[in-house]
Amino acid sequence: MTTTPRAPAGPGILEKPALPCSEECLLRPGNTNCGGCGMSVGLTMLGRALARADQTCSLVIPACCGIVTAGAYPTTSYGVPTVATTFASAPAFATGIASVRDLNDEDGQVICWAGDGGTYDIGIATLSAAAERNEDIIYICYDNEIYGNTGGQRSSATPAGARTTTTPTGKSEDKKDMMAIMVAHRVPYAATLSIAHPEDFERKLEAALSMHGLRFLLLHSPCPTGWKSEQGESVELVRLAVASGLFSLYEVWNGDEYRINAEPDWTDPAKYLERQKRFESDAVDLERTRLACRRRFDRLGRLAREFPRETATA
Amino acid sequence: MPTELITGNHAAGYALSASGEANRKARGAACGIYPITPQTEIVEYVAKFPFTKGRVVPVESEHSAMGVSIGASLAGARSFTASSSNGLAYMVENIMVAGFYRLPIVMVAVNRTLGPPWNIWADQGDTLMLRDFPWLQFYCETNQEVLDTTILAFRLAEDHRILLPTLVAMDAFIVSHTMAETRLPEQWLVDSYLPPLDLPHRMRHAHPTTMGGLAWPHETLSHRVEVDEAMRRVPTAYDECRRLFDSTFGRDPGAAIQTFETKDADSILVASGTIATTAREVVRRRRADGERLGLVKIKMFRPFPEVEIRQACCSASKLAVLDRNYAAGVGGIFWQELRATFQGHRDDLLIQNYLTGIGGGDVTPAVVDEVIADLALRDAAAPPVWMGITLGEEVH
Repeated sequence: MTTTPRAPAGPGILEKPALPCSEECLLRPGNTNCGGCGMSVGLTMLGRALARADQTCSLVIPACCGIVTAGAYPTTSYGVPTVATTFASAPAFATGIASVRDLNDEDGQVICWAGDGGTYDIGIATLSAAAERNEDIIYICYDNEIYGNTGGQRSSATPAGARTTTTPTGKSEDKKDMMAIMVAHRVPYAATLSIAHPEDFERKLEAALSMHGLRFLLLHSPCPTGWKSEQGESVELVRLAVASGLFSLYEVWNGDEYRINAEPDWTDPAKYLERQKRFESDAVDLERTRLACRRRFDRLGRLAREFPRETATA
Repeated sequence: MPTELITGNHAAGYALSASGEANRKARGAACGIYPITPQTEIVEYVAKFPFTKGRVVPVESEHSAMGVSIGASLAGARSFTASSSNGLAYMVENIMVAGFYRLPIVMVAVNRTLGPPWNIWADQGDTLMLRDFPWLQFYCETNQEVLDTTILAFRLAEDHRILLPTLVAMDAFIVSHTMAETRLPEQWLVDSYLPPLDLPHRMRHAHPTTMGGLAWPHETLSHRVEVDEAMRRVPTAYDECRRLFDSTFGRDPGAAIQTFETKDADSILVASGTIATTAREVVRRRRADGERLGLVKIKMFRPFPEVEIRQACCSASKLAVLDRNYAAGVGGIFWQELRATFQGHRDDLLIQNYLTGIGGGDVTPAVVDEVIADLALRDAAAPPVWMGITLGEEVH
């Protein structure tokens, strides 16, 4: 009978100072993520941002591709303390971890890394409560608009028209506006991220790492497996999403200070849709999609003009 | 040590808080809490307690209460919570995780009927649904036993030979809301009994690990075997914790099973919680009339104290198991355990089940007398007997 190796035991009641993350420390080479996975790129960007900020973190990951990324015991792709949580519990686990960090005057961000299923759906009550309590944690949702880990079922982040294994003829409902929900909690910082806009992405991570309280980051995360798209086109697809107004890059402080980070050039959203087989469906209403893009961005623009971010920098 | 007139909930709240406070020179105490009748006073007590190094997080659900406690424990703090009934049912997923993560969280549970129908009174069905999880379980009879067992539970759970979460249960209202004289140990005594928590596998930046990711069958098997080995070490560790408790606080929190007049008993009643209190008095009275009756009170339910129970019942020919719980399609849950305990050891023993006080009904001395009268008439075991109701031949 083999026994499970354990972490070295020791008196170690008090934590040594947290070592800063090195560039390859967070997501290490050798992981088995799919080619063209937006989440992989996001984790790499996060690792770099932590290294630049001379910080480290613990990862708190609910059921999602992010925990599959770790690989099988006893190996792991993560170079920082990482814990798998139940599907709905990442912000609750993170609350406990961050509380004890603070009780002991220790460093290290506590970062929830969750998919859209764990964020928009099963975990929304837990996230809402952590946001209302303004826990000192960073919550990053990599939104691939599908239950990717279970093979591609609908989530409430799936856009209208998309075919999934549980909406075989195309989803009839619109995507939930998760940013608006988090902004309504008046969290200190909420921002959207795109891997097609890496400088904006980096700046926002830097901003989040320099703040306290609940920081919510929403990453539009291409999933070639679920989107039925070419792996090499992932970055281009999410670039088109921003350009067409389907996905807007913006940030909001304290629920009422808005800033838009990229103006759409009003590329036809058809260019985005036609490169993904998930949208080969009669449920796609192109005219309605074009109108919705305009309306959404128009509303956002009015908010940004009415409630602008006053200070010059993040 | 001051004696105060307090409820079972107050006793539990005090024990959790003083135990958490005792870890102030280590990594402190933190937990998630959520109210539910009839345990609400416990979490209210904890929320008011002025921890030197602690944080109590009032969350949005029982599921998250255990989630926060798990996070705190993973980070090396002493952690605990309390719940009851449907709250425990809602918490179940994270209760399981706390066990498989080998976190020494202590939870006080007030046994309340699972709904529907909506019923707030005593029934053990809620904590017994957790029986297959890697948690130790103790059932208490008095306010003092709740207080003592809760403090002991931290020492036992945090023992490096064990490292399993521990549940301390009491009957709704009969204990939770009933005041009784209870000795409250001073903080310095609790400090001396509970060493600083040093969780060997807590999250550390210096030794990053990934906990709870994919494991293949063989690694999972090893993990389960380790849980089993830890469970088998509990009886020895428990008795050590008990002896130290006695020398520290000057009283015995009670053995895994507590026997009364069993030595030469023909018939033995088996009960837990407050039913044991009533049964003990009935046995005392009937012993005075010359009946060879005894009582086994089961305090430790997980791990199940099979050996002790077999020894305690060696003179008996009949057992009456009084269950304030019902496993649908089977019968009483303690009864199932008793049958398994004696199978292959005492196949001659008649083990009869009585479902008593289901849904919080009173188990009075008269009910216990009825059980004894019924048992006396039997020469073979029958299906479980529902007490307090007359069953017709057919239900239309």
